[in-house]
Amino acid sequence: MADYILKRLVSAIPVLLGISIIVFLIMAMIPGDPAMAILGSYATPENVEKLNRDLGLDKPLVQRYFIWLGNMLQGDFGRSFSLNRAVLHEVLERFNATLVLAGTSFVICSVLGVAAGTVSAARQYGLADKAITFAVLLGISIPSFFLGMMMILVFAVNLRWFPVSGMWPIYGERDLPSLISHLTLPAMVLAAVATGVIARLSRSAMLEVLRQDFIRTARAKGVHERSVIWRHALRAAMVSIIPVLGVQAGFVLSGAVYVEIVFQWPGVGRMLVDAILKRDILLVQGGVVFVAACYVMFNLAVDLAQSLLDPRIKT
Amino acid sequence: MSFLGLLVRNRLAFAGLVVMLVIVVLALVTPLLPLADPDVTDTANRFKRPFAASVILGTDHLGRDLLSRLLWGVRLSLAVGFASALIAAAIGAAIGIIAGFYGGRTDNVIMRGVDMLMAFPYILLALAIVASLGPGLINALIAVAAVNIPFFARNIRGVTVSIAHTEFVDAARLSGMGDARIILTEILPNVVPVIVIAMSTTVGWMILETAGLSFLGLGSQPPQADLGSMLGEARSALITNPHTSIVPGAMILVIVMSINLLGDGVRDALDPRLRSGALSRPMPSTLVRREEPVPAKETSALLALSGLKTQFHSNGRIHKAVGGVDLYVRPGECVGVVGESGSGKSVTALSVMGLVASPPGVITAGAAHFSGQDLIGANYETLRRLRGDRVAYIFQDPLTALHPLYTVGAQLVEAIRVHHAMPRAKAREHAVELLESVRIPNAEERLDGYPHELSGGMRQRVGIAMALANDPELIIADEPTTSLDVTVQAQILSLLSELQRERGLAIIFITHDFGVVAQLCNRVAVMYAGRIVEEGPTDAILNAPAHPYTARLMACVPELGRGRHRLAAIPGLPPVLDGLPEGCAFAERCHKAKEACRTGEIALTANAVQRAVRCIDPEFRTADAAR
Ligand code: SF4
Repeated sequence: MADYILKRLVSAIPVLLGISIIVFLIMAMIPGDPAMAILGSYATPENVEKLNRDLGLDKPLVQRYFIWLGNMLQGDFGRSFSLNRAVLHEVLERFNATLVLAGTSFVICSVLGVAAGTVSAARQYGLADKAITFAVLLGISIPSFFLGMMMILVFAVNLRWFPVSGMWPIYGERDLPSLISHLTLPAMVLAAVATGVIARLSRSAMLEVLRQDFIRTARAKGVHERSVIWRHALRAAMVSIIPVLGVQAGFVLSGAVYVEIVFQWPGVGRMLVDAILKRDILLVQGGVVFVAACYVMFNLAVDLAQSLLDPRIKT
Repeated sequence: MSFLGLLVRNRLAFAGLVVMLVIVVLALVTPLLPLADPDVTDTANRFKRPFAASVILGTDHLGRDLLSRLLWGVRLSLAVGFASALIAAAIGAAIGIIAGFYGGRTDNVIMRGVDMLMAFPYILLALAIVASLGPGLINALIAVAAVNIPFFARNIRGVTVSIAHTEFVDAARLSGMGDARIILTEILPNVVPVIVIAMSTTVGWMILETAGLSFLGLGSQPPQADLGSMLGEARSALITNPHTSIVPGAMILVIVMSINLLGDGVRDALDPRLRSGALSRPMPSTLVRREEPVPAKETSALLALSGLKTQFHSNGRIHKAVGGVDLYVRPGECVGVVGESGSGKSVTALSVMGLVASPPGVITAGAAHFSGQDLIGANYETLRRLRGDRVAYIFQDPLTALHPLYTVGAQLVEAIRVHHAMPRAKAREHAVELLESVRIPNAEERLDGYPHELSGGMRQRVGIAMALANDPELIIADEPTTSLDVTVQAQILSLLSELQRERGLAIIFITHDFGVVAQLCNRVAVMYAGRIVEEGPTDAILNAPAHPYTARLMACVPELGRGRHRLAAIPGLPPVLDGLPEGCAFAERCHKAKEACRTGEIALTANAVQRAVRCIDPEFRTADAAR
């Protein structure tokens, strides 16, 4: 087992390097003079030249990449000029907020999605199946930013059940109940799409499994139907559902951008959009690499979880 | 059924298609409609409600006509969404085809890159690209297209690989055709349907994504507005004037939903598994719709089947797998049911406890009296209580019949505890005894192993142990030795016959192998085309088969375990069960077939020595044998 974990950890290194290269190349595509782009058209030539030197843009591409990579490995992601702050500090702080939001959403969409898909498969073509199929279709078709706005309108403005926006109350305690009340709407909105996708795939994974011989064996043993579905079938279906959960985690993590904007959640997505609009390249670069790296590590964890769940995977 | 026909039959997909067409047509004719200029501001008339004077959908925060802006926005959103889908599909397909066609090194390098891109959280990559190129509609389009390329590349590579190794591609290569021509003439036409499916499932997503980037202010820039940026601009007035948000938001929802409905319909229509109904789940017990009166209980046997008919209904076709079977087993007796595959012997066995998958299975007639109680049509809970407790099954392939993810112990313990409440530890002790009783060495250790860690023979022993878990009165064994090696077969058979004697078990043994029957069974029933054609004591039938089919079947099986290969020695194939001809079902293959064989119903005729045969000209008169 330890060998297997180590092997998987090592295999993540080229992926992480690849990600850094991709981000670096994308950022190097910036048309024209980046310093000009950053400083705007009123910049003096001296300022442009100084910034170019500060950013190391006068060096060749490959060398710049390695300098950047080396710095990152030492925890130096550069300095955000728009916030005048170390990129890493800003990203870490914002990432915390995103993690709370996306983590909650991920739990919601996993549990709800798998449960809905299972019920749907067990009651194929029944009323519950049809209702769930419709809800799923709605969930994957509605833009999360629109759903978020509608939820604010209904549950925050009209019914006043939840606050309109933010992560914490402006005045008052920053305690768990206030976090939960701020978190509920955005977390549900963010979970909507992923719940739909997961429910759909769970349904078809379950239908696939329910045809298998071992389900017939379970029934021949006289196992209660409830247990046939939720123990025998779901356990086997999880093997194909879990990788989907991993993929959906990425959607939740990056889809948080919209929800963070709509609910003014102080997360990394909102930071990125602000940074893009202000042309704060280093902040964008650092934020993207950081989040992508976290996602790779998360998927690694999913893989390992998979190997624990499926004894047939040789460890 | 044609592809379009299927699409139309799927009403939801059709509705999606219609809505989509309406929207596309509206978008196309927008410039011709008598609409207000979408960009003319009129601050005196800000935030007019829908249906207020002259403006149908009201006005926005700058007093611009919302209906006009909506239609122009739809136009832009659709154009951008479809354009990015086309770009992604074209580039993705090119990459996928090249990787799949050339394979080897090229494939490796390309797919590595694709995997890297897929390792990114999707939207993050789009954001990075927009960050680099700068906000703007075209840049948003490029970003959304770019992040979707890996998806297309991967899908299309898979298809290309499978095509690139087909004979016609090899033939084209040998005939000296250039790579480019092979790709264009042989590969591309086969890949197009895959591209279409992939596009139909992603274009809605891409429209959402471009709208999203515009919503964030990174896509279309004012005054030009697509649906996303309309929503983005309206957001600040969400609470005071919600209609300005609802109008574009609902429009995005309608567009994406209709595309998704259509996409699902296209996928379903093209997925052969859905057409055949293979993706419908089997219900907890077989559907019973008896079209004939329920036969009364006649014998005092442990289990008595009378007039059992089981059919498969799918796509309007009826496949009559079992066409009226009578069979009985007395306590402690072993009855063999012999026949070729497709003879209906397994379906008969599974019908007893309602284990025939349904859909498509339906039991349309007959009764199965077990200890006097009719199981056909018994409610689910009654069946469930009997299953595994008093009537247990052993299945053919223990590898697929055992749950792959639970330990042997867990599965045995479950079998016990479902019917007998007891502490886990006690059930576990019992499980060890069970494994020992089927002669599994190191029973204690085996309990914590998984089925895939056992050999085929050991696995089947576990299957037998599981069937024995609750000391059943009857075991129905559905070809339990077919998937095993010859030597292992012999071991399992002697184990079964020992257990049968020790425990006084009744067994129904389904097999295609007369050798197995000889070793184990007191009585034999031979099945052909869904019916029993001969029945009687094993010795009598082995010594003197009466039905020509039985005789042929036995002639093919000189020794134990060789049956499978030799069966083909009977000329011809079993008949198709949906269109059975009148008269004897075996007539096509029978060397003695004559006119009389092909008319009327040929009855199963019994005689004094408990033998019966369904043939007008048996190999010999069973009555003679009695003398
Ligand atoms: S009824 Fe006629 S065709 Fe059928 S088995 Fe007997 S002899 Fe052959």
